[in-house]
Parts: sequence; C-alpha cells; structure tokens
Amino acid sequence: MHLNYSVKARDFTSAGSVSSAIKKVLKQLNIPPADIKRIIVALYEAEVNIVAHSYGGTIECELSHDRIELTISDEGPGISDLTMAMTEGYSTATEEVREMGFGAGMGLSNIKKNSDVLAIDTAADSPTIIHMTFNLKQGG
Amino acid sequence: MTLREIVEIVDGKVLCGENDLDRNVLNGFSSDLMSDVLTLLDEDILLITGLSNNQAIRTAEMSDIKQILFVRNKKPNKTMITMAIEHDITIITTTYSMFKASGLLYGAGLSAIY
Repeated sequence: MHLNYSVKARDFTSAGSVSSAIKKVLKQLNIPPADIKRIIVALYEAEVNIVAHSYGGTIECELSHDRIELTISDEGPGISDLTMAMTEGYSTATEEVREMGFGAGMGLSNIKKNSDVLAIDTAADSPTIIHMTFNLKQGG
Repeated sequence: MTLREIVEIVDGKVLCGENDLDRNVLNGFSSDLMSDVLTLLDEDILLITGLSNNQAIRTAEMSDIKQILFVRNKKPNKTMITMAIEHDITIITTTYSMFKASGLLYGAGLSAIY
C-alpha cells in the first residue's frame, strides 16, 4: 500500500494532520500498538519539521507486511550542518515554532530513537529527504 | 486516581469527555514542550500543560494520551475541543498554576514518570 500527502509550510494549525491520517490507517491494519507509537512519534516530529523549517513538502508512506517506510521530502532550504542538527538541544527554530510547543532541538533525535533505519539527504540551499524504515515486530 | 478526583483536587472544569470521569489515571506529566511529551513510552498519563493550541491535542493524540489538564485558566478553542472529542480525549481546565496543580496531584497520589 502506498500513501502520499503534501504538507504546507508555516501551516501550524494543520500540522499533524498527515500523521493523524496515517495513524488511522495503521490502526485499521492492526499494526502492533508499540510499533504504531514509534512510527507516529517519528512521523509527527518530521511533519512538524516540514511546517516549521521548510518551504513545504511531501510525506510518502509505503506499507508492506513486515515493514513501513516513510519518505519525508521538502523543497529546502536544507540543513547546512547535519551533525549539529542531530545534536539534542541544538535548534534553529523561530519563536513561532517554540510557541507551538516545539523547537527545543529534540525533533531529529526523537526521529532517530524511534526508527530502525534513518537516512537523511540534505545540504544548504537544497531539499531535505528523510527516509525512515520501521521493521514490524509481529508483521502487519 | 480517577479523572473525577483530579477535577475535584484542582477545582477544575471539564470541557469535554464528561462520560469518562470514572477512568483511572496512574501518572502525571507536566510540560509545555511537546517534544518532551513525545518521548514518553507510557500512555497512562495526565498531560498537564499551559500550551493551549492544536499541537497540545495533536501530541496527546499521537502519544495515545487520553486526558489533558490545561493550567492557569488557558481556554482551549472550539477546534481543539472538536479534535479532542474526535479522539476521546478528556479536557479539564483549572485556574491553578502548573506548579500548584502538579503539586496537589502528586501529593494526592498521581505518580511521576521520571
């Protein structure tokens, strides 16, 4: 099964609506609750990142019987220092993002903690593509 | 501790989820930082927060948290209440500060996560 959604930049009111839609699908497929939780926490952080930091992007979800793959792509502006960005507590978030309850520099480390495989392709003035793989413990 | 007891302890108002007040809650977690809430593995949690916007409800939804206490008289808007009802989340408000509400609930037996 393949799902595809677009995410608007700066739309803090709707941030999380894609994660919510995908969570519903995972529940319907009877994915184990512990897997749903880590998938959705990682996805929600990534969705908030698109809204907070990018010019807009897309979320693709590929479901198979033993794994779920999420590809979160945006149109830039890219991350110039990924090592710094992965450091817990480091943040470039605006005051607006902090007012939404995010921007403490925990997003990427929350994503890393919850995914089984994480690949981030980014550079300054470039799109960012985050690919996460989740191996399902009991199959889908 | 039941939600009904929580409402009494913080002199709270229930904005939605009135039918679930007999539900038991084991733990409390006070934070305005939603990324911190998203690190919690436990789900049997009362989220105590002063962050009154959609992301507080979304974070509870993503974390399977079924009850939120908004402190310092924060007033969730209609969209937030609609979202909460959709996901069976009970919303309670109190005029007490986060410190006072957390202290009273901890003293009455609501457990801390860490």
